[in-house]
Amino acid sequence: MISRRDFLQVSMAASAMLGASGFGNWGRLAAQQKLTQDQLLEFDTFGNVSLIHITDIHAQLKPIYFREPEINLGVGSARGQVPHITGADFRKMYGIADGSPSAYALTYDDFTSLARGYGRVGGLDRVSTVINSIRADRPDALLLDGGDTWHGSYTCYHTEGQDMVNVMNALKPDAMTFHWEFTLGGDRVREIVQDLPFAALGANIFDAEWDEPAEDFAPYKMFERGGVKIAVIGQAFPYMPIANPRWMFPEYSFGIRDERMQEVVDEVKAEGAELVVMLSHNGFDVDKKMASRVQGIDVILSGHTHDALPEPVLVGDTIIIASGSNGKFVSRVDLDVRDGRMMGFRHKLIPIFSDVIEPDAAVTKVIDEQRAPHLDKMTEVIGRTDDSSLLYRRGNFNGTWDDLICDALLSEREADIAMSPGVRWGPSILPGQDITREDIWNVTSMTYGQAYRTEMTGEFIKVILEDVADNLFNTDPYYQQGGDMVRIGGMGYQIDINKPQGERISNLTLLKNGESIDPAKSYVVAGWASVNEGTEGPQIWDVVESHIRKQGTVSVQPRDNVKVVGA
Amino acid sequence: MEFSRRDTLALGLGAAVLTVLPLRVNAAAEDAIAAFTGGADVAEGGVNLTAPEIAENGNTVPVSVEAAGASAILLLATGNPTPGVATFNFGELAGSQAASTRIRLAGTQDVVAIAKLADGSFAKAAQTVKVTIGGCGG
Repeated sequence: MISRRDFLQVSMAASAMLGASGFGNWGRLAAQQKLTQDQLLEFDTFGNVSLIHITDIHAQLKPIYFREPEINLGVGSARGQVPHITGADFRKMYGIADGSPSAYALTYDDFTSLARGYGRVGGLDRVSTVINSIRADRPDALLLDGGDTWHGSYTCYHTEGQDMVNVMNALKPDAMTFHWEFTLGGDRVREIVQDLPFAALGANIFDAEWDEPAEDFAPYKMFERGGVKIAVIGQAFPYMPIANPRWMFPEYSFGIRDERMQEVVDEVKAEGAELVVMLSHNGFDVDKKMASRVQGIDVILSGHTHDALPEPVLVGDTIIIASGSNGKFVSRVDLDVRDGRMMGFRHKLIPIFSDVIEPDAAVTKVIDEQRAPHLDKMTEVIGRTDDSSLLYRRGNFNGTWDDLICDALLSEREADIAMSPGVRWGPSILPGQDITREDIWNVTSMTYGQAYRTEMTGEFIKVILEDVADNLFNTDPYYQQGGDMVRIGGMGYQIDINKPQGERISNLTLLKNGESIDPAKSYVVAGWASVNEGTEGPQIWDVVESHIRKQGTVSVQPRDNVKVVGA
Repeated sequence: MEFSRRDTLALGLGAAVLTVLPLRVNAAAEDAIAAFTGGADVAEGGVNLTAPEIAENGNTVPVSVEAAGASAILLLATGNPTPGVATFNFGELAGSQAASTRIRLAGTQDVVAIAKLADGSFAKAAQTVKVTIGGCGG
């Protein structure tokens, strides 16, 4: 872990590698008005290769608010390590002043007032401006998309990802890898990939029947940039058929496949690669472990767990870059590659402050073309938040958006208990802000959004909580799936994150009467995003819309139904 | 709202998922190891066992084993009601001592491979394969 902010030297093997992180010390810029595009983009071009990384956009074409997590707990060797540091501890670690633009971009506290001051973040037309600026410095910079691009909005759902394909094509990426894209279905993914004007990578995408590398996706692509032979290897989300519905892409198998990654690294080195980049959708802790087990990767561009880190994390000789989500950040990594090896780097996590960075008009036009046919539907105001309710999702346990969705399930589906998936995408809504149909889709849109209603025994409810908790809090990152804890409405529980599976969850309580959950008794449970084929029920966005419409003005305060022990 | 049978069935979570807790080692697994090794010591290392950390489908989990110079490799799913999966025997003319198969796992458990090496000693490798309900991925 690199802990110094400014210039630093890291001794690497036989040579000294120079590393520097250019994340801005903008705290001294007292007012937002003083923050300029030039400051955000300022970068002393370094070495001979530039990488541009963006990941987990989740189809957010336009600027949004996105509150970073308050609770992001690490277990085992990840305990207390980035990215499992939040709020004041995070600011202290990176020397970020309270109330500064960096504090707004990277931490959760005081979010509403900072959001009002600094405005929305993201927007792919702003991202384009940043990319153009980097390309002005280094015309042959590689633009690499970590995936979760063709999922997550009203237009993305209705165009089956075509809106994102069209806009991303305008940004001219060089390669991408995948996760939620596969929930469009195997056929649709192949249809898009066939015409994609850049490389679709996934060394761990296998043919499920033969357990051999799938022919539809290349494991890697070789580039020659700045006189350097660069191999970009793709690593798709390993647990796609488990975390998402396997029946939607039964022809593919994934998995972490360390030994396969080592084979591919060895192969590209044999082909003369001087720089090996892994474009990964593993999630941060999995990438850290993989960096320690697979030899020869120089740079991991990490996606999936939505972490935004202002400095790379160093594991052995590998640097790991985490570039946030929802279009909120772009990372620039300049590398000095000489004599067949990486000698040093300079890195900057660039927050996309939408009011500071000028949109690229050509890309704005492409974005608006995608949205135009749907604009009337999307912009319809369904309700609003009251003056004290901030809606957010990200965090290990229920956010207020999830509480609102669970409330909708409980009331619209007349259930005792509600379950909502612990996904990490979904922008925030400020107090006193209109909630449009688009906003609801931004936190619910998916191709398996049916809201089921069923009966479960108390025992089975506990089994589910234990199972999901182990996907998050197993001390071995290779057994983690990278989502957060399933969100629960109508029920409280206690979780001891340091216990083994089967012993973490206790004190399950039905909130409507305060009684303990009886293992033998059946409860009516409403939920959504089941991975099982044939799930029936209304779409979750319709359930939520109906609930918000009835409320008019929604009021949701953070709740304390989940008691966390051992954090 | 009327609670319909169709809605009840809609979720379709089978009874199988009730076995998500790690299964204990079946006593039959220990017996099988004892029978294979004749009670000899079993060293760690020298055997490559490749299996997914989390099974995509517990009904068909791809597993590969390799042990250079082995004359036989015993493969066990230690938590299954019948732990024995296969014993692969390699003759002197075998080009490599490796095998792949697919196995069914009743739940989260350790898969174990024990090889009888050329010098008559035994070596083992084990890996936990998790069988999970799934869903809720980031």
